Amino acid sequence: MKYTLSVLVENHPGVLSRVAGLFSRRGFNIDSLAVGVTEDPTISRMTIVVNGDDYIVEQVTKQLNKLIDVIKIKKLNPKEAVERELALIKVNANSQTRSDIIQITEIFRANIVDVSKETLTIEISGDEDKIEALIELLKQYGIREVVRTGLIAIERGNKVISKSKSEEDE
Amino acid sequence: MAKMTVARAMVEVLKSEGVEIIFGIPGAAIYPFYDALYSSDIKHVLVRTEQAAVHEASGYARTTGKVGVCVATSGPGATNLITGIATAYMDSVPIVAITGQVNSSLIGKDVFQEVDITGATAPFTKHNYLVKDPKKIVRILKEAFYIASTGRRGPVLIDVPIDVQMQEIEFEIPKEIDIPGYKPKEKGHPLQIKRAVEAIESSKRPVVCSGGGVIASGASQELQILIEKQKIPVISTLMGIGSIPTDHPYYLGMIGSHGQKEANLALRQADLLIVIGARLADRALGDTKITDNMKIIHIDIDPAEIGKNVDTNVPIVGDAKQVLSEINKRISERKDFWAHEIKAQKKVLPDDDKLHPYDVLREISRAYNGDYIITTDVGQHQIWAAHNLYIKEPGTFITSGGLGTMGYGVPAAIGAKFGRPDKEVIAITGDGSFQMLLQELATIKREQVPIKVVLFNNTRLGMVYELQKKRCTGRFIATCLDGNPDFMILAKAYGIESMRLESKEKLKEAIEIMKSHKGPFLLEVVTSPDEPTIP
Ligand SMILES: Cc1ncc(C[n+]2csc(CCOP(=O)(O)OP(=O)(O)O)c2C)c(N)n1
Repeated sequence: MKYTLSVLVENHPGVLSRVAGLFSRRGFNIDSLAVGVTEDPTISRMTIVVNGDDYIVEQVTKQLNKLIDVIKIKKLNPKEAVERELALIKVNANSQTRSDIIQITEIFRANIVDVSKETLTIEISGDEDKIEALIELLKQYGIREVVRTGLIAIERGNKVISKSKSEEDE
Repeated sequence: MAKMTVARAMVEVLKSEGVEIIFGIPGAAIYPFYDALYSSDIKHVLVRTEQAAVHEASGYARTTGKVGVCVATSGPGATNLITGIATAYMDSVPIVAITGQVNSSLIGKDVFQEVDITGATAPFTKHNYLVKDPKKIVRILKEAFYIASTGRRGPVLIDVPIDVQMQEIEFEIPKEIDIPGYKPKEKGHPLQIKRAVEAIESSKRPVVCSGGGVIASGASQELQILIEKQKIPVISTLMGIGSIPTDHPYYLGMIGSHGQKEANLALRQADLLIVIGARLADRALGDTKITDNMKIIHIDIDPAEIGKNVDTNVPIVGDAKQVLSEINKRISERKDFWAHEIKAQKKVLPDDDKLHPYDVLREISRAYNGDYIITTDVGQHQIWAAHNLYIKEPGTFITSGGLGTMGYGVPAAIGAKFGRPDKEVIAITGDGSFQMLLQELATIKREQVPIKVVLFNNTRLGMVYELQKKRCTGRFIATCLDGNPDFMILAKAYGIESMRLESKEKLKEAIEIMKSHKGPFLLEVVTSPDEPTIP
């Protein structure tokens, strides 16, 4: 099972290495980890996708909570959250394939962000399935490079994950 | 507000935290701090290697309940602290470790004596800081003491670059410490407490497993009230020894792979296990399997311990003292003690004319009647001590439980003696462990610390030797300690009184001599390499 955790942390140097270190040390598997500053510049948010069973996710949550720099953790329900990832894909393109690729890009509502004689670079955002599907379709032309951000997620509706560390996390 | 250097401000905060003693070794990167210490009343104990500084701070912390403080310079000074810090972390001992660091403009350039000590210690500190902004030093030090001493206690390290130590700041102590990501939960959930009471009252064969958390939280009295009301047998982990007096009629001993038979038997027969302030890690369980027909109540201040090693029916996150007193308010009285038969099984030890380690430990118990603080090292002698010493009060049996760090015993005893000068402090050690940090004899001499060291000399790394005997069918490698010094001459070299005990007839006399000697004393007990850990 994959779980998405939204984690608020102090925006200090060293926090990322503490979190990453904890995962490797305790043998937890991270699928992806994305970090960025929040509406409050002293706080960052990490979106972590963890692979494991209920026991693992509970342990991950509890161990993360023990880090002093971790302010709050929430396990997101995929049904109640918007999940997005950004990918940049550099694909081979020549005069024969170029228009096909552009067409595929349009179907996916992705953008061409760079063009060269031999390549096209496509920007796509969406959930994991959408990005995988596009990559799958582009494979036939020869993919040169893929860069992905890892998932970020936000809850739907007016719910927010804010600074006060609540007890329900335990 | 007063202007002062960061180094001065550090000393001021230590004073405001009630720090009376610091253990450490100076060096170039920490000299401004030491210079500031010069004009304060805080006592500094010069150790002979930094690992000992942490162990001494640990012994001090565990006997006083206060935070132990140790200091080292950058690079090798800092890395020498590491084993001590990890030891304290595993046993939840509150320590603040201060290290000097190279000039902040040079960090990351691999300059002389630079090491990334915050990176290195992140896995086994409760928290750590690299102080880059001089203005933050006061708040950080305050936070460090707060974090180290609250919730599940543990070591915190602060790394201060030398240029930061020398900068001037406006000194002001913040009134409040508010760390958004750190809100330890002390009070147990009322509903869970109610469920625990029900589970205890409806159980037939309840057992309490008492851990180091009971001692750390000062919950021994509450524990005794509970077990006496409900007539519950108590077993303890190595860290939990002393949480109730070892001669208590309901105490069955230590559990685990090196535990006592009665305790393990009770654990296997229980239908309800009440785990308090313990982790139930591998060594504690030994080969006991927790089965489905045993219910578990787990009380711990650290939510991450609950459900980590064993599944729990009633988890209670909170301070043991608080939770137990809530349970006690609601709990009824039980008529019968179910474990009489187990208790009656007390093993009889062979009584021949050979001098066995248990004879020595029992004689010490008798001679002092439990009026001592015991520290131990790691090995067979540690288990002998755990099984045979009379421990009367919580916090008077001090050992490296979680990490099993050889070398802990003697420095821990030094720290304990500084913490509790009114108490007799006895370190139980082995010839292997003793030699790991024996240079602390110099600290004992220099500071005139009147501790007693009982050294079981079996000329072996006994515990490993025994393992090789059993598991490797006698293929002994690297466990014979030939080349040991003559410990009598060694003690003499340090100016410490000593005595060698070789026969049973001399036992009483030897313990009397040790007991009546005012200064530090080394008692070497010549021990057969073939003494088993558990007879
Ligand atoms: C620092 C360290 N190194 C190695 C070990 C592994 N070890 C555990 S017990 C032991 C032997 C201890 O020998 P000694 O102190 O003489 O005690 P004895 O078992 O003989 O009583 C060793 C080497 C350890 N626990 N700690």
